Amino acid sequence: MLLSNLEFLPDRTIKSHLGLVQGSSVRSKHVGRDIGASLKSIFGGELKGYTELLHDSREEATERLLEQARSLGANAVINVRYSTSSIAAGAAEIFVYGSAVLLDE
Amino acid sequence: MIGLSAELLIFVALMLLGYGFGSLIERRHRKSIIRRELELNRLPAIASRRPPEDRPYAQQLVSGSVVIGSDYFKTFLSGLINLFGGRVTPFESLIDRARREAILRLKEEARDIGASHVFNVKYETARIATGRVPALEVLAYGTALIPAADISRSTHDTSQA
Repeated sequence: MLLSNLEFLPDRTIKSHLGLVQGSSVRSKHVGRDIGASLKSIFGGELKGYTELLHDSREEATERLLEQARSLGANAVINVRYSTSSIAAGAAEIFVYGSAVLLDE
Repeated sequence: MIGLSAELLIFVALMLLGYGFGSLIERRHRKSIIRRELELNRLPAIASRRPPEDRPYAQQLVSGSVVIGSDYFKTFLSGLINLFGGRVTPFESLIDRARREAILRLKEEARDIGASHVFNVKYETARIATGRVPALEVLAYGTALIPAADISRSTHDTSQA
């Protein structure tokens, strides 16, 4: 499955558009990580626990998007966009969406 | 009275710790950013949406993200600046480091799959709630273009993008 955030692919033709596909994931970190982060907040710097958490969350959301695209019979998702929102203290939603298309081989 | 001076002592200690370690971490980070930027300058990240059509390219979505937190000193200082208004320089440098780090991680991922450009680069910034101290996440993502001759080096599997 090809994933791209370009709107078209220069050397391939789109046979058919299969519609919007999306995936989302809401995660929060466990207490241990939170304590680590609050210690870190005295010194500043990268909060690796959160970086990993959001990265994993984004992977999961992308996996859900791909699942949806596969079930539609697509072989590519183009014009992919990510968005992040903090919906409550300690929880973030990752949302990813794009257009599922069928490309000529 | 004793309670008050103990509180003051803790505050001063936290300020000193925040200032000392905070500026040490910041200096180190800035140095590492500048070094890696020089290395990765040959791989341009481009905001244009139209990819070059000079030769066939394989495409793959790449991304880089980082969460950076403020330190105690910066947080206090920005609160102080807030009273008078104006440029909040402590946070400007924080955001600058986060954006550049995110782009570097994006380029590192692109380099590892043999890309020559990254097109349609987009930034996403989100405030992360971590109690009282501000932290932010910056995500940079774009489409890596891999020259056709190098396609064999790419994994073709974009599921972990």
